[in-house]
Amino acid sequence: MAELHIVVCVKIVPKPEEILVDPETHLLQRVDTRSEINPPDMNAMEMALSLKDRYGGRISLLSMGPTYFEPNLRVALAMGADHIYLLSDPQFAGADTLATTYTLAEGVRKIGGVDLILCGEESSDGATGQVPPGLAEWLGSSQLTLLTEVSIDQDKRLARGRREIKGGYEVLEVPLPCVISVKTACNEPRFMDFSLRSWAEERDRITIWDADSLATEPDHIGLPGSPTVVTGLAEAPYRDRRREFLTGTQDEIAQELAEILKRSL
Amino acid sequence: MVASLYGAAQESKSIWVYLEVDRGGLTGVSKELITKGRQICDQLGWQLSGLLLGHHLQPFAAEGFAHGIDTLWLADDPRLENFTIEAYTTVAYDALMEVKPSVLLMGATPNSRDLAGRLAVRLRTGLNADCTDLYLDPETERLVCEVSGFGGGVLAFIEMAEHRPQMATVRPGVFTPGEVDRDRVGVIIEIEVNLDPEILTTNLVERSVGEQVDLTSVPVLVTGGRGVDGDFKMLAQLAELLGGEIGATRPPVDEGHIERERQIGQTGVVCSPKVAICCGISGAFHFVVGIEKADVVVAINSDPEALIFDYADYCIVGDVHQIVPALIEALTVEREVILG
Ligand SMILES: Cc1cc2nc3c(=O)[nH]c(=O)nc-3n(C[C@H](O)[C@H](O)[C@H](O)COP(=O)(O)OP(=O)(O)OC[C@H]3O[C@@H](n4cnc5c(N)ncnc54)[C@H](O)[C@@H]3O)c2cc1C
Ligand SMILES: Cc1cc2nc3c(=O)[nH]c(=O)nc-3n(C[C@H](O)[C@H](O)[C@H](O)COP(=O)(O)OP(=O)(O)OC[C@H]3O[C@@H](n4cnc5c(N)ncnc54)[C@H](O)[C@@H]3O)c2cc1C
Repeated sequence: MAELHIVVCVKIVPKPEEILVDPETHLLQRVDTRSEINPPDMNAMEMALSLKDRYGGRISLLSMGPTYFEPNLRVALAMGADHIYLLSDPQFAGADTLATTYTLAEGVRKIGGVDLILCGEESSDGATGQVPPGLAEWLGSSQLTLLTEVSIDQDKRLARGRREIKGGYEVLEVPLPCVISVKTACNEPRFMDFSLRSWAEERDRITIWDADSLATEPDHIGLPGSPTVVTGLAEAPYRDRRREFLTGTQDEIAQELAEILKRSL
Repeated sequence: MVASLYGAAQESKSIWVYLEVDRGGLTGVSKELITKGRQICDQLGWQLSGLLLGHHLQPFAAEGFAHGIDTLWLADDPRLENFTIEAYTTVAYDALMEVKPSVLLMGATPNSRDLAGRLAVRLRTGLNADCTDLYLDPETERLVCEVSGFGGGVLAFIEMAEHRPQMATVRPGVFTPGEVDRDRVGVIIEIEVNLDPEILTTNLVERSVGEQVDLTSVPVLVTGGRGVDGDFKMLAQLAELLGGEIGATRPPVDEGHIERERQIGQTGVVCSPKVAICCGISGAFHFVVGIEKADVVVAINSDPEALIFDYADYCIVGDVHQIVPALIEALTVEREVILG
């Protein structure tokens, strides 16, 4: 039986505090180029690592983005993964989720022999949650989303997962290969293993593929491959509130607030 | 550019709304989308259709018509009793390819987000997530999706030139459901369900659903942010006294202090309570859109400069861990006086 091969999709995102919007032009200003691993992807990493602890096998990290994401990816590698695949090409830039999922799917195909593809629930910047189902569709694989737990039957080649739903949960079983999105905060991501730090810095730990090496269709990637187009920007309407500050001792404030609440209900 | 399976030239000028049923009725967001779709269709004399997949769902047709649908495309089949991604994607895809509507609107619920993400790729079209408003440009007859971009109060407008259907998801509570006309009638069209057993690979082993909360329509919403330090018990006590529910900003949800379904804001629930009380919340734009529709907003924050005070009617500078217990005390005493 072949060993379990897990791909974890990792998006590198700008730190929220690094994003500023120019009040005049409404354009994004990146104050710095400091980035981080999309926090929900750490939960996907942890799920992959615990599967590896349990069943053995190996973990490949897959990311689409510029090469300056490399240091962040090496940190994730040192958590206990085996290799990094970075899909990087100026032609990939400006991708919406259709082009992103196509490109990631081509990456998964080229890696080859993949049983599970783990994603975060959603990214902290785009936050569409559209990548996991879109990726599954391009790959023609099964999908399980919002999982808090997963187990694998390697003989029957099945994945069984517990999915969070409104007010409860469901347990679903699907054939491998399978794309999974992992519920944010469902586990405690481990720290990087410091003994792996220098190993993770070695040159051949990472494979970088551009559009040519992936043999992607030029009209499927980046901006040209993205149907959604931003056609305008505007300032959000602002609802004016009273902005009345309550003052006095704590008890006076509490009394006054209780009165206000009574009146308002 | 990669072409969608049908383009603007082949579209039938109509809007489709994907409908969901929950606890014996159409979900709130389904009705909200019907109302929005109706407004747009009336502007241009277009047809509004509903798409409903499941089993034994005929009784919900009337509700759809009463809210404004002209035609209901209904797939009624035992294999659609439970949501499974392969069956739902296949049946929805077949129906869409038969009619080729211009627009497909879906609620941003977990199942619909999954379905939307998969359908958009199968149809090779674009999908706009979490739209805050929708318009139809009368000249180009294109859908214009309004989304709130990064932080600071910026709206972006997104369109698709040639790709069809123009797909968009909308969070529950963003639109307001309109008038109901019980006498309104419509047409039901049964969708032929063709499912190859080979593709039906998802096996539902177990499901357990308990109490569910619908925060979009509660009268009082007590929300906590990072500043409450995970003490949602205290907030729940206040909410109970006021006959309301608790909600939260994203950080406490991400940290696991409270369920995701109680997250308020752009990627959570948009609420319209009489009163929203914001405790230990800084007032990030992503959050504020979730309480903008409240009649009255109260904010408690230890930082007098906190942005949340710009969005509040009543502002209290102080420690939530002191103000909230004092408020609970004041409300309890008053209650006792009334009761006594
Ligand atoms: C504010 C904003 C709004 C946007 N709205 C839309 C929209 O409505 N429609 C649209 O088509 N595009 C939209 N985009 C573009 C979209 O963010 C990109 O297409 C992005 O590459 C992937 O989508 P996501 O960030 O929403 O991922 P999500 O689907 O939220 O991410 C889920 C998971 O997929 C994986 N993943 C996502 N991106 C990558 C990557 N680059 N490399 C490796 N793994 C990845 C990660 O595991 C991640 O946790 C938006 C972008 C921004 C900044
Ligand atoms: C694409 C995207 C989507 C997002 N969607 C959402 C969303 O739907 N909902 C959402 O909420 N967020 C969302 N966010 C996150 C959002 O930008 C903010 O980061 C978040 O709302 C901040 O939460 P907070 O106010 O609780 O925390 P903070 O910003 O950390 O604020 C904590 C506040 O508590 C105050 N405080 C601390 N201690 C006390 C005390 N003892 N007493 C009183 N006050 C105290 C502090 O002064 C501070 O103002 C989104 C972000 C992105 C990028």
